[in-house]
Amino acid sequence: MTARGLAACQVSASYDRQRVLDGVDLHIAPGETVGLRGPSGSGKSTLARLLALLHAPDAGHVSVDGTPVTGIRHQVPVAVRTRVAILFQSPRAATDPRLSLADVIAEPLRAVGTPEERVQARTAELAAAVGLTADLLTRRPHAVSDGQLQRACLARSLVHEPGYLLCDEATAMLDASTQAHVAAVVKDYQRRHDAGVLVISHDAALLGRWADRVVGLP
Amino acid sequence: MTATVLARVRRLPRPRPGRVGVIVAGTVLAATVLACLLAPVLWPLDQSAVDLARTRLAPSPAHPAGTDDLGRDVAHRSLYGLRVSLLVGVVAALVAAVIGGAVGALAGTLGGWVDRALMRLVDTIAALPHLLLGIFIVAMLRPSLGAVMLSIGLTHWLSTARIVRSELLSLRHRPFVDAAVSGGAGRVRVLTRHLLPHVLPRLALATTLMIPHAVWHETALSFLGLGLPPHLASLGNMINDGRASLLTGAWWASLTPGLVLIVVTLALATLTARWRDRLDPRVRAELQL
Repeated sequence: MTARGLAACQVSASYDRQRVLDGVDLHIAPGETVGLRGPSGSGKSTLARLLALLHAPDAGHVSVDGTPVTGIRHQVPVAVRTRVAILFQSPRAATDPRLSLADVIAEPLRAVGTPEERVQARTAELAAAVGLTADLLTRRPHAVSDGQLQRACLARSLVHEPGYLLCDEATAMLDASTQAHVAAVVKDYQRRHDAGVLVISHDAALLGRWADRVVGLP
Repeated sequence: MTATVLARVRRLPRPRPGRVGVIVAGTVLAATVLACLLAPVLWPLDQSAVDLARTRLAPSPAHPAGTDDLGRDVAHRSLYGLRVSLLVGVVAALVAAVIGGAVGALAGTLGGWVDRALMRLVDTIAALPHLLLGIFIVAMLRPSLGAVMLSIGLTHWLSTARIVRSELLSLRHRPFVDAAVSGGAGRVRVLTRHLLPHVLPRLALATTLMIPHAVWHETALSFLGLGLPPHLASLGNMINDGRASLLTGAWWASLTPGLVLIVVTLALATLTARWRDRLDPRVRAELQL
């Protein structure tokens, strides 16, 4: 039904028999920015996890570039998994505390066996794009601020040049200038790669500024 | 007023926690291990020798820890007892760590019916008294050092399996693991790069804390006649032998092996606690301040 784009088709999801999503449709076209808002517990993050192929829907399916995806997590081929990147709300929870920021960014490349020189070059390029200095790259997550860590997470989410980026309240914990910088980096990436972006927030003003259209969850 | 005092107190340099303790514990443990390794060369002992003319002598320069009811030097035998006990403790703890680690890792990463089946197995074994189970295992084999190690190892992996499994379960759905999966990491890479490194310190800690427990377990088996032959010195054999002497006032026969056990256990626990702290990057940052 959908030629291109990332789509959730009539998806339902629940945690321990508690239904959080019931027959939801969402379509993100390439190059488009979709805003998703809704009160706490309305299933915004769950929808993002479904679209990121991390959580199995009870009913319905997710399709990537028009192809329905069966299975989740490791069951999904790497090429499909890396088409969709997700940026979480808490960078602290989303980074392995043992890795330096440079390793955090480089990890997805190493995971798919990229040659080390290519890894170094790409890491440096992305670190520069998100505004991380060489000194910060050697530090571990506990030694940097939330804003700096979220920049590293953003760089990590872009390493595989995903076609779709899901920002799950990704700027909620950041100060205004970092927030603006993260949004600028995402927009720049989106323009150059014609990527589809989902912005989840309960900040109506932010969605108004950033998104092409806003979808609400009840 | 109080606020300024408090502020001043907070500004005082924080002492590095346990620094002296770590040095003392490290020295004690190093000296102990060295003494145990060199004992057969420097201070050979005839395990079956008795000297009935010198029974229950109080501590003196000739016998620093006195002699027991068969006239054997308590200090000398404590050293040999520690050798055996440490060997049993370390090997049994390693056996438990390997079995428990493997079962816990399988249950924690595969989940589903594998997890349920393995954990019910753990529950079933845990429902049996483990000393009884240990006796059963030793009884099937011939009482020997190897049988004791195996029997303790085979009955003490349950808590290790539970620790490893629960750590993996709590880690498995953390966002950083989701991010790794989403970034293309395979099952093996997620396990070896993101999960196990976080579990290993806990596994190592559990293993090290198992050593003193295994030493005590060896004591119990020896007491029941299923451990080491009675003439061989082990801390357990010696403490039990000394109980009879206690009533006649010869307190030293049990005291020295008991003290040796306590001191070595404390030294081990201190070092493991420090090690665990060092492996946690956040605590490590504080230690370096």
